[in-house]
Amino acid sequence: MTLAAQVVAGGGGLVKLLNTLWDGAALGALYALLALGFVLIFKATQVINFAHGAIASVGAFFLATFAVDKRIPGQWIGGPDWLAWSLSVVLALLAAVAVGLLIERLAIRPMIGQPLFAVAIITLGIDIMLRSVINDFLGTSNKSVGSPFGLDVFDIGGVRIPHTQVASTALAVICFVAVGRFFKTRTGIAMRATAFDQEAAMLQGVKVGRVFATAWGIAAALATLAGIFAAIFPRGSGNLEPGTAFFALRAFPAVILGGLDSTKGAIVGGFIIGIAEIVAAVYLQPFSDTLGNGFQTVVPYLVMLIGLLVRPYGLYGTPEVRRV
Amino acid sequence: MRGRPLLFTSYASDAGLLPTTTKRVAVVVLVVAAVLAPFGKLPLLGFLGGAGWHLVLAQVLVFAIGALGLNILTGLAGQVSLGHAFFMGVGAYAGVVLGGTSTATLWGLGLPIWIWIPGAGLVAALIGVLVSPVAVRVRGLYLGIVTLGLVFLGDHLFRNLDFICGAPGIGREWPKLQLKLWKEGTPLFDLAHDGRWFGVDVSGTQKQIIFLIPLVVLAALATKNLTRTRVGRALQAIRDRDIAAEIMGVAEFRHKTIAFAISSFFAGVAGALLGSIIGTLNPEYWSLALSVEFIAILLIGGAGTVSGTLMGSTFVVASAHLVEDFTRLLARTAAGHSPLHYVADLIVARGNHFGLISLEPTGPGLSVYQFNQLLYGLLIVLFLLFEPLGLYGIWGRVRNFWRSWPFTY
Repeated sequence: MTLAAQVVAGGGGLVKLLNTLWDGAALGALYALLALGFVLIFKATQVINFAHGAIASVGAFFLATFAVDKRIPGQWIGGPDWLAWSLSVVLALLAAVAVGLLIERLAIRPMIGQPLFAVAIITLGIDIMLRSVINDFLGTSNKSVGSPFGLDVFDIGGVRIPHTQVASTALAVICFVAVGRFFKTRTGIAMRATAFDQEAAMLQGVKVGRVFATAWGIAAALATLAGIFAAIFPRGSGNLEPGTAFFALRAFPAVILGGLDSTKGAIVGGFIIGIAEIVAAVYLQPFSDTLGNGFQTVVPYLVMLIGLLVRPYGLYGTPEVRRV
Repeated sequence: MRGRPLLFTSYASDAGLLPTTTKRVAVVVLVVAAVLAPFGKLPLLGFLGGAGWHLVLAQVLVFAIGALGLNILTGLAGQVSLGHAFFMGVGAYAGVVLGGTSTATLWGLGLPIWIWIPGAGLVAALIGVLVSPVAVRVRGLYLGIVTLGLVFLGDHLFRNLDFICGAPGIGREWPKLQLKLWKEGTPLFDLAHDGRWFGVDVSGTQKQIIFLIPLVVLAALATKNLTRTRVGRALQAIRDRDIAAEIMGVAEFRHKTIAFAISSFFAGVAGALLGSIIGTLNPEYWSLALSVEFIAILLIGGAGTVSGTLMGSTFVVASAHLVEDFTRLLARTAAGHSPLHYVADLIVARGNHFGLISLEPTGPGLSVYQFNQLLYGLLIVLFLLFEPLGLYGIWGRVRNFWRSWPFTY
């Protein structure tokens, strides 16, 4: 892992610790961004969206196509690289939202009122379909998503902070605030009502179908943003790979640890999982003979299992009220 | 009660394993057909006698055993598990350590088949009981994600324990299906090599199919019988309404643990058998994709029913091979000059021409493996949208239509 290597080279003691914690927090912000998408869909539809990771890949793939392969709109406008890239990101977001809405309309809307388990498995089926198509487009080669941030770092007293991580963390924070505000708006309140009781919400005049569509559209946009930065920095390669969809699966522990229905839980869970993963990568490096290579990739799941033993509904999840 | 198959006059006959004559006849016909299939003696399905199909038939039978296990957990007890591949892997590696040959870098005890097959199941069941303290406390989709975590933990372990699983990307060889009393050189029955039985030439894989059929029948009977026992009824009560079951005195945690143990036992046996019939498997084989394949089997066949599970495993495993055969046929058509070659050319990607499916792993068009993945995904979605009971539900509707024919309305 390149990040870990950078950190180990960066010096000892406090600087190493700070570097590790910052890297963990940056990764955690990304996990939290993915977890936020899960929570949003769960809050609106009571369903875990297994296709979230695949949608993240699809969104990043759109960006790779727009920004690098076809240079849309970069070939028509001048100006700095970051401007063209940002416009491509907007286009990729729109395309991904369209995909999200399409999935919702074709496969999720007809299942309103059906068992939640069936809907969740449908998203699993969609995940497989999207991933097999994306993997075919990717083939054996990886695609660059054309990051304008480069490899520059801020150096604060030995603590190295890459520009990419600053950008992704800032973006994640903006998204948290925006989603938090969204739940206070009229549409957001309608969404919370729908999650509480679909039939009662319908009786109050909430258009449940439109709520579903809104949730899927916003979640697809969040997934795309996370997918883009997932392709850019955790591996340091700047490339979209078949593994990017699996990266999103590692946000599951974050969302389960925090509690499926809690925005706060998604953020806290994301940071815990991200920091745990990077701390394990850096500080357990000497034990890699015993623990095996790539041990840090299973740390999120271990943290989740321990967390669930203590709190079966996650840190901030609402315990389900069960009636006979 | 001739002509009135649904009239039962005693509880014993109502709860019978095969309550109607039709079902009894159907089971006998199916078993006979399964025995004849690898010899190409079935009318219309003669192509199953081809050598390329033998391994597919054997895999259908092994997947059926594994799917019956998942059926107990998901269909009967209602616990969604994405971790079936993990338990299959555990069983497979328990089997290979017990029965495999030991080398400088690999562990293996070389024990006979009557130890390593049940041993594989028992070790997997033990692991199932070990993880159940977490698994029984969470319900619904939380459980799905916990078991997803198991698959990734298992993947990490399998890739790193190379003295058990072999090196990543290489794997190791499983013990052959040979019946020995202990570690003697010549086996009593050799199911791994070609031979002659009753004056008929049989290949090794044909022998293995004959050996697997009774195992599948046994597993199916055990599953069917479980639904009639106290434990089976308790599991169904938990599936239908867990808290109501608890209030009526069903020990929820204990029965979920039992379901995990039985399901893992089946998975373990299936994993070891799969390794043995294929020969060598990579440590990466026991992945999320395999778990999803089992979920697909259950949903396409019809969760909760034995006959649906058997239909599902036949459909899913055989369809993968059918797609490949069909693609080859289309590729030949596209290269030829028959009137259909324009149609075939549209579907098959050849060279750099556009097409839906391609025989090469790279280039335009989905590879056969990717197309199969796409097909599973699509079928899962379509069945859940339009026929939640799966193939079993379709069969039920066809049967009900003809049962009252010509007064069906």
